[in-house]
Amino acid sequence: MTTETTSAPAAAPTAAAPAHDAAQHWGLERMLSVSTLLLFVWFLVSLWRLPGLDQQSVAEWLRHPLAAVPMLLLIVSTFWHLKLGLVVVVEDYVHEAGNRFAWLVVINFAALFAAGLALVSVLKLALGTSA
Amino acid sequence: MTRNADRPLSPHLTIWKWGPHMLVSILHRITGAGLATIGAGIFVWWLVAAAGGAEGYATFTAWATWKWFLIVWVGLTWAFFQHLLSGLRHFVMDAGAGFELKTNKFGAVMTLVWAVLLTAAVWAYIVYWRLA
Repeated sequence: MTTETTSAPAAAPTAAAPAHDAAQHWGLERMLSVSTLLLFVWFLVSLWRLPGLDQQSVAEWLRHPLAAVPMLLLIVSTFWHLKLGLVVVVEDYVHEAGNRFAWLVVINFAALFAAGLALVSVLKLALGTSA
Repeated sequence: MTRNADRPLSPHLTIWKWGPHMLVSILHRITGAGLATIGAGIFVWWLVAAAGGAEGYATFTAWATWKWFLIVWVGLTWAFFQHLLSGLRHFVMDAGAGFELKTNKFGAVMTLVWAVLLTAAVWAYIVYWRLA
Protein backbone atom coordinates (compact mmCIF):
# COMPACT_ATOMS: atom_id res chain seq x y z
CA MET A 1 0.00 0.00 0.00
CA THR A 2 1.17 3.51 -0.75
CA THR A 3 1.03 6.22 1.85
CA GLU A 4 -1.80 7.79 -0.08
CA THR A 5 -4.18 4.88 0.36
CA THR A 6 -3.32 4.32 4.02
CA SER A 7 -4.22 7.87 4.97
CA ALA A 8 -7.66 8.44 6.53
CA PRO A 9 -10.66 8.24 4.20
CA ALA A 10 -11.57 11.77 3.19
CA ALA A 11 -15.24 11.68 4.08
CA ALA A 12 -15.05 10.08 7.50
CA PRO A 13 -14.65 12.07 10.71
CA THR A 14 -13.82 15.52 9.38
CA ALA A 15 -17.39 16.84 9.42
CA ALA A 16 -18.14 15.60 12.93
CA ALA A 17 -16.54 16.41 16.28
CA PRO A 18 -12.80 15.91 16.90
CA ALA A 19 -11.91 12.24 17.40
CA HIS A 20 -10.97 12.59 21.08
CA ASP A 21 -14.53 13.72 21.86
CA ALA A 22 -15.91 10.40 20.65
CA ALA A 23 -14.85 8.38 23.70
CA GLN A 24 -16.25 11.02 26.03
CA HIS A 25 -19.51 11.09 24.08
CA TRP A 26 -19.70 7.29 24.22
CA GLY A 27 -19.19 7.29 27.99
CA LEU A 28 -21.64 10.11 28.60
CA GLU A 29 -24.30 8.35 26.51
CA ARG A 30 -23.99 5.24 28.65
CA MET A 31 -23.83 7.13 31.92
CA LEU A 32 -27.02 8.97 31.03
CA SER A 33 -28.68 5.73 29.91
CA VAL A 34 -28.07 4.21 33.33
CA SER A 35 -29.19 7.28 35.27
CA THR A 36 -32.29 7.68 33.10
CA LEU A 37 -33.17 4.02 33.59
CA LEU A 38 -32.72 4.12 37.37
CA LEU A 39 -34.64 7.38 37.74
CA PHE A 40 -37.46 6.04 35.58
CA VAL A 41 -37.78 2.98 37.79
CA TRP A 42 -38.09 5.35 40.75
CA PHE A 43 -40.57 7.55 38.84
CA LEU A 44 -42.89 4.74 37.74
CA VAL A 45 -42.88 3.07 41.17
CA SER A 46 -43.65 6.46 42.74
CA LEU A 47 -46.59 7.05 40.39
CA TRP A 48 -47.87 3.56 41.12
CA ARG A 49 -47.72 4.27 44.88
CA LEU A 50 -49.54 7.62 44.70
CA PRO A 51 -53.07 7.58 46.12
CA GLY A 52 -54.29 8.98 42.80
CA LEU A 53 -53.06 10.76 39.69
CA ASP A 54 -55.24 13.83 40.26
CA GLN A 55 -53.61 17.26 40.41
CA GLN A 56 -53.72 17.45 44.21
CA SER A 57 -51.97 14.11 44.70
CA VAL A 58 -49.28 14.99 42.18
CA ALA A 59 -48.74 18.49 43.60
CA GLU A 60 -48.61 17.16 47.14
CA TRP A 61 -46.09 14.50 46.13
CA LEU A 62 -43.73 16.92 44.35
CA ARG A 63 -43.80 19.37 47.25
CA HIS A 64 -41.62 16.95 49.17
CA PRO A 65 -37.85 17.39 48.50
CA LEU A 66 -37.38 13.61 48.38
CA ALA A 67 -39.70 13.56 45.37
CA ALA A 68 -38.76 16.92 43.82
CA VAL A 69 -35.00 16.32 43.75
CA PRO A 70 -35.06 12.94 41.96
CA MET A 71 -37.67 14.43 39.62
CA LEU A 72 -35.34 17.32 38.75
CA LEU A 73 -32.51 14.85 38.18
CA LEU A 74 -34.79 12.69 36.04
CA ILE A 75 -35.62 15.69 33.85
CA VAL A 76 -31.95 16.63 33.36
CA SER A 77 -30.91 13.02 32.71
CA THR A 78 -33.80 12.19 30.37
CA PHE A 79 -33.66 15.33 28.25
CA TRP A 80 -29.88 15.16 27.95
CA HIS A 81 -30.13 11.48 26.97
CA LEU A 82 -32.86 12.12 24.40
CA LYS A 83 -30.98 15.11 22.95
CA LEU A 84 -27.86 12.99 22.39
CA GLY A 85 -29.97 10.25 20.82
CA LEU A 86 -31.88 12.50 18.43
CA VAL A 87 -28.65 14.23 17.41
CA VAL A 88 -27.09 10.86 16.50
CA VAL A 89 -30.15 9.97 14.42
CA VAL A 90 -30.02 13.27 12.53
CA GLU A 91 -26.26 12.97 11.99
CA ASP A 92 -26.76 9.50 10.52
CA TYR A 93 -29.71 10.16 8.23
CA VAL A 94 -29.72 13.86 7.30
CA HIS A 95 -26.83 14.31 4.90
CA GLU A 96 -27.48 17.71 3.37
CA ALA A 97 -25.51 20.27 5.38
CA GLY A 98 -28.22 22.95 5.60
CA ASN A 99 -30.96 20.52 6.61
CA ARG A 100 -28.71 18.85 9.11
CA PHE A 101 -27.82 22.16 10.72
CA ALA A 102 -31.49 23.18 10.90
CA TRP A 103 -32.46 19.87 12.54
CA LEU A 104 -29.64 20.10 15.06
CA VAL A 105 -30.73 23.62 16.00
CA VAL A 106 -34.35 22.49 16.40
CA ILE A 107 -33.36 19.48 18.54
CA ASN A 108 -31.05 21.46 20.80
CA PHE A 109 -33.49 24.33 21.30
CA ALA A 110 -36.54 22.11 21.73
CA ALA A 111 -34.82 19.79 24.21
CA LEU A 112 -33.58 22.72 26.25
CA PHE A 113 -36.93 24.50 26.18
CA ALA A 114 -38.91 21.38 27.11
CA ALA A 115 -36.48 20.52 29.91
CA GLY A 116 -36.75 24.10 31.17
CA LEU A 117 -40.54 23.94 31.25
CA ALA A 118 -40.44 20.67 33.17
CA LEU A 119 -37.81 21.89 35.64
CA VAL A 120 -39.60 25.15 36.40
CA SER A 121 -42.91 23.30 36.83
CA VAL A 122 -41.38 20.95 39.40
CA LEU A 123 -39.63 23.83 41.17
CA LYS A 124 -42.87 25.78 41.29
CA LEU A 125 -44.59 22.87 42.99
CA ALA A 126 -41.63 22.19 45.27
CA LEU A 127 -41.05 25.77 46.37
CA GLY A 128 -44.53 27.23 46.12
CA THR A 129 -46.36 28.03 49.33
CA SER A 130 -49.88 27.44 48.04
CA ALA A 131 -51.18 24.27 46.48
CA MET B 1 -22.09 12.10 1.69
CA THR B 2 -20.12 12.06 -1.56
CA ARG B 3 -18.57 8.93 -3.00
CA ASN B 4 -15.72 8.72 -5.46
CA ALA B 5 -17.38 7.02 -8.41
CA ASP B 6 -14.03 5.66 -9.58
CA ARG B 7 -13.75 3.42 -6.54
CA PRO B 8 -15.74 0.19 -6.42
CA LEU B 9 -18.46 -0.51 -3.90
CA SER B 10 -18.24 -3.75 -2.00
CA PRO B 11 -20.33 -6.28 -3.95
CA HIS B 12 -21.75 -7.45 -0.62
CA LEU B 13 -23.51 -4.16 0.11
CA THR B 14 -26.50 -5.25 -1.93
CA ILE B 15 -26.59 -8.83 -0.68
CA TRP B 16 -28.28 -9.10 2.69
CA LYS B 17 -31.55 -10.17 4.24
CA TRP B 18 -33.46 -8.97 7.25
CA GLY B 19 -32.57 -10.52 10.58
CA PRO B 20 -33.93 -9.87 14.08
CA HIS B 21 -30.74 -8.01 15.04
CA MET B 22 -31.37 -5.46 12.27
CA LEU B 23 -35.00 -5.05 13.25
CA VAL B 24 -34.06 -4.51 16.90
CA SER B 25 -31.36 -2.04 15.90
CA ILE B 26 -33.70 0.18 13.89
CA LEU B 27 -36.50 -0.25 16.45
CA HIS B 28 -34.14 1.09 19.11
CA ARG B 29 -33.91 4.31 17.12
CA ILE B 30 -37.57 4.47 16.17
CA THR B 31 -38.80 3.84 19.73
CA GLY B 32 -36.19 6.25 21.06
CA ALA B 33 -37.36 8.96 18.67
CA GLY B 34 -40.99 8.27 19.59
CA LEU B 35 -40.32 8.43 23.31
CA ALA B 36 -38.21 11.57 22.86
CA THR B 37 -40.95 13.43 20.98
CA ILE B 38 -44.41 12.09 21.89
CA GLY B 39 -43.42 10.70 25.28
CA ALA B 40 -41.42 13.73 26.35
CA GLY B 41 -44.15 16.04 25.06
CA ILE B 42 -46.82 14.37 27.20
CA PHE B 43 -44.47 14.31 30.18
CA VAL B 44 -43.83 18.06 29.97
CA TRP B 45 -47.51 18.79 29.39
CA TRP B 46 -48.36 16.77 32.50
CA LEU B 47 -45.85 18.64 34.70
CA VAL B 48 -46.81 22.09 33.38
CA ALA B 49 -50.49 21.22 33.94
CA ALA B 50 -49.79 19.97 37.47
CA ALA B 51 -47.93 23.20 38.29
CA GLY B 52 -50.58 25.35 36.62
CA GLY B 53 -53.53 24.27 38.72
CA ALA B 54 -56.83 22.42 38.53
CA GLU B 55 -58.17 23.84 35.26
CA GLY B 56 -55.21 23.04 33.03
CA TYR B 57 -54.83 19.67 34.71
CA ALA B 58 -58.46 18.86 33.92
CA THR B 59 -57.74 19.53 30.23
CA PHE B 60 -54.75 17.22 30.39
CA THR B 61 -56.75 14.50 32.14
CA ALA B 62 -59.56 14.80 29.62
CA TRP B 63 -57.11 14.14 26.78
CA ALA B 64 -55.14 11.49 28.62
CA THR B 65 -58.25 9.46 29.48
CA TRP B 66 -59.90 9.84 26.06
CA LYS B 67 -60.46 6.30 24.78
CA TRP B 68 -58.46 6.75 21.57
CA PHE B 69 -55.56 8.13 23.58
CA LEU B 70 -55.16 4.59 24.85
CA ILE B 71 -53.39 3.83 21.57
CA VAL B 72 -50.76 6.42 22.51
CA TRP B 73 -50.35 5.02 26.04
CA VAL B 74 -50.02 1.43 24.88
CA GLY B 75 -47.67 2.53 22.11
CA LEU B 76 -45.51 4.43 24.57
CA THR B 77 -45.49 1.49 26.97
CA TRP B 78 -44.29 -0.83 24.24
CA ALA B 79 -41.73 1.71 22.98
CA PHE B 80 -40.47 2.15 26.54
CA PHE B 81 -39.92 -1.59 27.06
CA GLN B 82 -38.50 -2.18 23.58
CA HIS B 83 -36.04 0.71 23.98
CA LEU B 84 -35.18 -0.35 27.52
CA LEU B 85 -34.53 -3.99 26.57
CA SER B 86 -32.54 -3.24 23.41
CA GLY B 87 -30.65 -0.67 25.46
CA LEU B 88 -29.75 -3.33 28.02
CA ARG B 89 -28.73 -5.59 25.13
CA HIS B 90 -26.41 -2.84 23.95
CA PHE B 91 -24.74 -2.83 27.36
CA VAL B 92 -24.06 -6.55 27.04
CA MET B 93 -22.58 -5.98 23.59
CA ASP B 94 -20.58 -2.97 24.83
CA ALA B 95 -18.95 -5.40 27.25
CA GLY B 96 -17.88 -7.44 24.24
CA ALA B 97 -20.30 -10.29 24.90
CA GLY B 98 -23.11 -11.79 22.86
CA PHE B 99 -21.62 -11.43 19.39
CA GLU B 100 -21.79 -15.14 18.52
CA LEU B 101 -24.35 -15.50 15.74
CA LYS B 102 -26.81 -17.68 17.64
CA THR B 103 -26.52 -15.78 20.94
CA ASN B 104 -26.87 -12.47 19.16
CA LYS B 105 -29.96 -13.55 17.27
CA PHE B 106 -31.49 -15.06 20.42
CA GLY B 107 -30.90 -11.85 22.38
CA ALA B 108 -32.48 -9.76 19.64
CA VAL B 109 -35.57 -11.98 19.49
CA MET B 110 -35.84 -11.92 23.29
CA THR B 111 -36.04 -8.10 23.38
CA LEU B 112 -38.92 -8.24 20.88
CA VAL B 113 -40.78 -10.96 22.78
CA TRP B 114 -40.32 -9.47 26.24
CA ALA B 115 -41.25 -5.96 25.15
CA VAL B 116 -44.63 -7.28 24.00
CA LEU B 117 -45.08 -9.50 27.07
CA LEU B 118 -44.25 -6.71 29.52
CA THR B 119 -46.53 -4.27 27.69
CA ALA B 120 -49.36 -6.81 27.88
CA ALA B 121 -48.65 -7.46 31.57
CA VAL B 122 -48.69 -3.76 32.48
CA TRP B 123 -51.95 -3.12 30.65
CA ALA B 124 -53.58 -6.27 31.99
CA TYR B 125 -52.67 -5.03 35.47
CA ILE B 126 -54.00 -1.50 34.81
CA VAL B 127 -57.24 -2.70 33.24
CA TYR B 128 -58.09 -5.52 35.65
CA TRP B 129 -56.64 -4.33 38.96
CA ARG B 130 -56.64 -0.54 38.79
CA LEU B 131 -59.56 0.43 36.58
CA ALA B 132 -61.99 -2.40 37.37
